[in-house]
Amino acid sequence: MSKAVETVETVAIRFAGDSGDGMQLTGTQFTDTTALAGNDLATFPDFPAEIRAPAGTLAGVSGFQINFSSEAVFTPGDAPDVLVAMNPAALKANLPDLKQGGMLILNSEAFTAKNLTRAGYDGDPRDNGSLKNYRTFQADITGMTLKAIEDMKLGTRTAVRSKNFFALGLVYWLYNRDMQHSIDWIKGKFGDTDVGEANLRALKAGYNFGETAELFDHNYEVKQAVIEPGRYRNISGNEALGLGFLAAAELSGLDLFLGSYPITPASDILHFLARFKNLGVKTFQAEDEIAAVCGALGASYAGALAITTTSGPGLALKAEAVGLALMLELPMVIVNVQRAGPSTGMPTKTEQADLMQAMYGRNGESPVPIVAARSPGDAFYAAIEASRIAVTHMTPVLLLSDGFVATSAEPWRIPDMASLPPIDVSFRTEQEGFAAYLRDERLARPWALPGTPGLEHRVGGLEKENLTGNISYDPDNHELMCKLRAERVERIADDLAPTEIGGQQSGDLLLVGWGGTYGPMRSAVAQMNERGHKVGHVHLRHINPFPKDFGEILRRFDRVLVPELNLGQLVQLIRSRYLVDAKSYPKIKGQPFKEAEVIEAIKAQLEAH
Amino acid sequence: MQQRQAPYPQIEHTDPSGQTRKDFVSDQEVRWCPGCGDYSILAQVQRVMPDLGIPKEKLVFVSGIGCSSRFPYYMNTYGIHSIHGRAPAIATGIKSTSPDLSVWVITGDGDGLSIGGNHFLHVMRRNVALKLLMFNNQIYGLTKGQYSPTSPIGKRAKSTPMGSVDYPVDPVHVALGANATFVARTLDVNVKHIQAILKRAEAHRGTAFVEIYQNCNIFNDGAFAQLTDKETKAASLIEIEHGKPLRFGKDGDKGIVFDGVKPQVVDVAHVGEEALYVHDETSELSALVISRMKAPEFPTPIGVFRAVDRPSYDAMLQDQVERASAGNETRVQDLLDEGAWTIE
Ligand code: SF4
Repeated sequence: MSKAVETVETVAIRFAGDSGDGMQLTGTQFTDTTALAGNDLATFPDFPAEIRAPAGTLAGVSGFQINFSSEAVFTPGDAPDVLVAMNPAALKANLPDLKQGGMLILNSEAFTAKNLTRAGYDGDPRDNGSLKNYRTFQADITGMTLKAIEDMKLGTRTAVRSKNFFALGLVYWLYNRDMQHSIDWIKGKFGDTDVGEANLRALKAGYNFGETAELFDHNYEVKQAVIEPGRYRNISGNEALGLGFLAAAELSGLDLFLGSYPITPASDILHFLARFKNLGVKTFQAEDEIAAVCGALGASYAGALAITTTSGPGLALKAEAVGLALMLELPMVIVNVQRAGPSTGMPTKTEQADLMQAMYGRNGESPVPIVAARSPGDAFYAAIEASRIAVTHMTPVLLLSDGFVATSAEPWRIPDMASLPPIDVSFRTEQEGFAAYLRDERLARPWALPGTPGLEHRVGGLEKENLTGNISYDPDNHELMCKLRAERVERIADDLAPTEIGGQQSGDLLLVGWGGTYGPMRSAVAQMNERGHKVGHVHLRHINPFPKDFGEILRRFDRVLVPELNLGQLVQLIRSRYLVDAKSYPKIKGQPFKEAEVIEAIKAQLEAH
Repeated sequence: MQQRQAPYPQIEHTDPSGQTRKDFVSDQEVRWCPGCGDYSILAQVQRVMPDLGIPKEKLVFVSGIGCSSRFPYYMNTYGIHSIHGRAPAIATGIKSTSPDLSVWVITGDGDGLSIGGNHFLHVMRRNVALKLLMFNNQIYGLTKGQYSPTSPIGKRAKSTPMGSVDYPVDPVHVALGANATFVARTLDVNVKHIQAILKRAEAHRGTAFVEIYQNCNIFNDGAFAQLTDKETKAASLIEIEHGKPLRFGKDGDKGIVFDGVKPQVVDVAHVGEEALYVHDETSELSALVISRMKAPEFPTPIGVFRAVDRPSYDAMLQDQVERASAGNETRVQDLLDEGAWTIE
């Protein structure tokens, strides 16, 4: 007999376990299925440090949070409603985030004395009342998984590996989800193997356990969200960047060249693009970050759509070559998937503290356009935009993503390639009147490829005479060139669409952000608007140059608040450029903003006056 | 899986090219110190170019930083004067994108072995089909006279008033250690020899590394005098050639024999020419042993140490792209649509 079903609007679930427990896989499977079920959703994978910590310790805990709803969702959710903890360490690390009264599903078998000690528990938290504020359900997930496959005579290790599918099956039952997507996925991935069979059995056993066991008296349902009609898919930020560059290559008719050196959390872009030699993509895994950007610069010189991908420490190494690219006035996109710094910092954690590095991290007066991606799906458009600016303005462009955007996923409305404007590129072939630094109305110089007869010319990092490009130490020419290089960046703003303002168009407070903080800021502004506050929101795609209308928009509001995952960087640029008393709301914990934090910050500002 | 032999990129040669030396001279005034060895090297490169039969628009010269790195400005071809040490990486990007270009890297001992040592190593290990000319003057000239990674130990220079305590590195050893497929050495003033080596380098289908001993008459004058002075050069220099016995000295009176892997200087009259070691460019042993011969015990070898055939990085990359894209019908839209569902 089926149990009762309760309908809920929004649920956030966090799967947590040891890094070897397959929590990321569990999370992405649940995500795909949930998207297919028509909910809106957002996810947040929280990886431990890169090198696997000893099993069962706090350092080794890996988490994946998904927030899904029958309403629009912009964040992975502040506090999970449900926590699935595969061992004591996962419980200890994640319990503080669980909502009071939230549901806690524990893998009871893992609560051995040894594991409790490893997690740093003095006693068993299940016995000392510390879980009394939660609805705790215990299931011997490991034991039941083993039971489901005991006749297969697999080694215990292999068998234990399937326990994440048991957990997945159980949560599928709990939220009334169809298992078919995961069944197909397992079959596709593992084929007719023992591992595939074990995973299938574990999945079904988990589901059936929910259905039949006395543990849960009912399950839940999240109705379909009202979502704009269209074709959708799930997409992560790194994947979207890769697709965006492929799209930019197709839209411009250029071949894509990526020079890259492995670095967390950007390596996935290299892995992704390396698969597309069939589309003419050349990926160069260089000997270091410097060779990676230099390889891209060489490719750009030879006429490719050249990109290099890295994270903060890598950008530090690339700085000199980026300076050369801006001196040579050659197009290139430099992607910085920011992570927590300084130095090596916390490679698997997110942060936005490389804005000043992007803006100023080179010698001399060396302005570079900066474009930021605000969500996984948005990264696709950011990549196209950065590429467009690079090749039409003949300039290196910095594209800032971050660990959160890169690794989290969301359902994404698939664009029609035919609807995206082509990127106009022309190579100079006309010999008559050619000079290496002739300028068009954007102040862009001609892209004259080696191999073109009659256009032989030399470029270099030494200051050059305007128009001819010959070496020049002339004082006035140097000042002219520095101003021209600044003006070249400023003129990008001429082509930008008017800035979009979320929420109120004028009023008490404008929230200004950039990059991966979009979700919580957007949700916070919606909440404040619902409560009648006159709050608006601008999330900048372009940070250098700022959009032309930005100064005027700032002045439409009494207060400006700039939340950032750093100690206040954009806020400094705004203050110095516009002389407005913008206030900073910094957070620098390697974690995204919570919606509630942003709401509190807005309230504090509104009350301060 | 069987390694597929990649086709080599075709650089078009037209013979005769109809070009003259003048076609390769740019309009820029050459600005090295009067008497600098770089002048001779530039002149030989410009002289050899018409013979190579490559249209000048297909030539790209890429350099780093240093006196030698001014070189591209003086060639009326495509060129980049880049940043310190990075020319091999930039050239790799150019060659990988356009395998039909003839790409030449101009570097020095400081640029290539100090700040750019990493790229120097990796470009040769990958065997990118570039020509890599290293002007070795055993000093930093542009920054006005500090000892370099090829300066001999004890070198007194501006930064080493008591003599340097750094052991030098030999560029040819590094190249062989990186498994370079073409390794040669020549001398700035040895006009015929440079020309011959440049032609060999151009014809090579992988990384062609050429070390050129170059006199910096301002900060390290006479570093190679022993090899160039009339009186001393016969006894101090040995020209090695594939398939030829190792002979040097006045009228070739001296020779080299191998005692196992140990070279020895002998009188030819004493041992007879048949006893001399015959150089084999394709033999690793030959290259290693000969390159280790050092003054004053041995004459300094110039010529081609090693020349072997191995598919180049750019050719294999191009081959992968061509195989993967043959008959490709995938469009970006197809990739976007992967795993899609529709909401009505
Ligand atoms: S400093 Fe030496 S290497 Fe440099 S240009 Fe003068 S002579 Fe030549």
